[in-house]
Amino acid sequence: MKNKVLVLLLPSLLLMSISAFVPLMTVLNYSLHVLFSGSIPKYIGLENYVNALKDPAFLSSMGKQFLFCLEILLIEIPMGLALALLLPKRGIMIGPILVLLGIPLLIPWNVVGIIWRVFAREDIGALPVIFSKLGFFYNVSKVPAHAWWTIVIMDVWHWTPLVTLLCYAGLQAIPQEFYQAARVDSASKIATFRYITLPKLKYVLIIAVLLRCMDAFKIYDEPFILTAGGPGTSTELLSIFTSRQVIGGFNMGYSSAVSLIYFIVVLLLCYILYTVMTKIGEH
Amino acid sequence: MRKKKSPVSIIVLMIFFILLLVPIYWMINTSFKTNTEIQRSMTWVPQKFTTKNYTSIFISKLWQRSFLQTLEYVVLNVAIVLIAAVPAAYTFSRWKFKGHQHLFFWLLTNRMAPGAAFLVPMFTLFSVIGLFDTILAVALAHCLFNLPLAIWILEGFMRGIPRAIDETAFIDGYGFMKFFGKIFLPLIKQGIAVTAFFCFMFSWVELLLSRTLTAVGTKPITVSLTRSLGAGGWDWGLIAAAGVLTMIPGAVVVYFVRNYMVKGFAMGRV
Repeated sequence: MKNKVLVLLLPSLLLMSISAFVPLMTVLNYSLHVLFSGSIPKYIGLENYVNALKDPAFLSSMGKQFLFCLEILLIEIPMGLALALLLPKRGIMIGPILVLLGIPLLIPWNVVGIIWRVFAREDIGALPVIFSKLGFFYNVSKVPAHAWWTIVIMDVWHWTPLVTLLCYAGLQAIPQEFYQAARVDSASKIATFRYITLPKLKYVLIIAVLLRCMDAFKIYDEPFILTAGGPGTSTELLSIFTSRQVIGGFNMGYSSAVSLIYFIVVLLLCYILYTVMTKIGEH
Repeated sequence: MRKKKSPVSIIVLMIFFILLLVPIYWMINTSFKTNTEIQRSMTWVPQKFTTKNYTSIFISKLWQRSFLQTLEYVVLNVAIVLIAAVPAAYTFSRWKFKGHQHLFFWLLTNRMAPGAAFLVPMFTLFSVIGLFDTILAVALAHCLFNLPLAIWILEGFMRGIPRAIDETAFIDGYGFMKFFGKIFLPLIKQGIAVTAFFCFMFSWVELLLSRTLTAVGTKPITVSLTRSLGAGGWDWGLIAAAGVLTMIPGAVVVYFVRNYMVKGFAMGRV
């Protein structure tokens, strides 16, 4: 059996060592050095990490990242679930509806950015015109709050369909007998939802929250193309900050430390979320 | 036993779908306009309908190449991922071995790895082994997030298939490969479809890694788009048209896997 396990796992382990393990170890090694391209690396221990954690720009982008993640989860999860409940269970409309829901998910992420840039730009977009007709001022490249909410709305637009699809599939998997039993007991709609639907959807919801959380932390292309972190640094999320350090920064040691802190934060957050969510409703 | 949906829910759904489509419509609309019209005024329907933006893409060798190369590395990635993930997921679903949990968790953590963190080392690694600027480099790099996801989804599907089936087959004298090909794979084909769908999607839409690992020889479509964004004058019509074109393969894929998708979602973990 041992040999079989090894043989079957080997391709995956080889692939992951190329695409994950070796790069991770390299970043770890870089992060412990002062490293400018062309000069000899100097070992400095954890100093890069200490500097990163003192860097106000890094901390502020971390804060923005958490806020962003929280906001989109609070909007997308309830909204996705509600829409899934509203969708018809069967019928001829299901095919087209699923395809429609799938479309935003399959648009390349930078094209999502382009769509919204074309849509929201002050000179060529539809949004500013609509807002000004309604009597509001809207300028995505000048007002930080407008840029921020445009990015949040863009993410909601982009990813709520995923949550809906997941919940919809989860709902389809609940046997009808449960609902019949509930009707026999003349349970109220709210009680049926609370005691049958929600518990049965628990794992699907965990998946949805985790996926959205991970990807919200990785989000790069869309906000980068929409505002490039601006105006100022008002929408500079963690990935934009990090890749700016990696691409534009000179000290690769420092940018590696930033990358690793970033990775660790994502890991911890997902781990905590997973643990908490599995515990909920276990009794 | 069908319940009629209330008109309120139908209206809510319709509003949602309209909001979903408006930005996409705006891009399609823009893609059929001339640049002067795009910049001068806001119109919901092109005043001077033009397909110039599309024809200039179709005759451009650069765009054609990007499009094909992107398809190539996406398909290559899906193939590599499936070949590696199916046996691995089978192992995880069937046997508990030492370090089973840890290994599984480590694989999953890579799904969360921010691409930005891996840019420099990947660039160095692929340059050293001489794969930089090839389709294979991007396909391999995308395994970083696709392989863990694939193993995760597939393991969920496979766990749902009773172990008794394996045992019966072995007692009946099936060899491992024959059992796998003839019995097991057909049982999880929905799972494979869902997995392939997700891998296709995540590889097709990725920009950061594919941009870093390519230069002249290979040009992912997402990169071509961004490059034309940066190049001096903003040719919005062209960009919109290219955006519309990149949406098409995705829509086709969704159409084909839509039935598997829901069943698959329901059976597996995702």
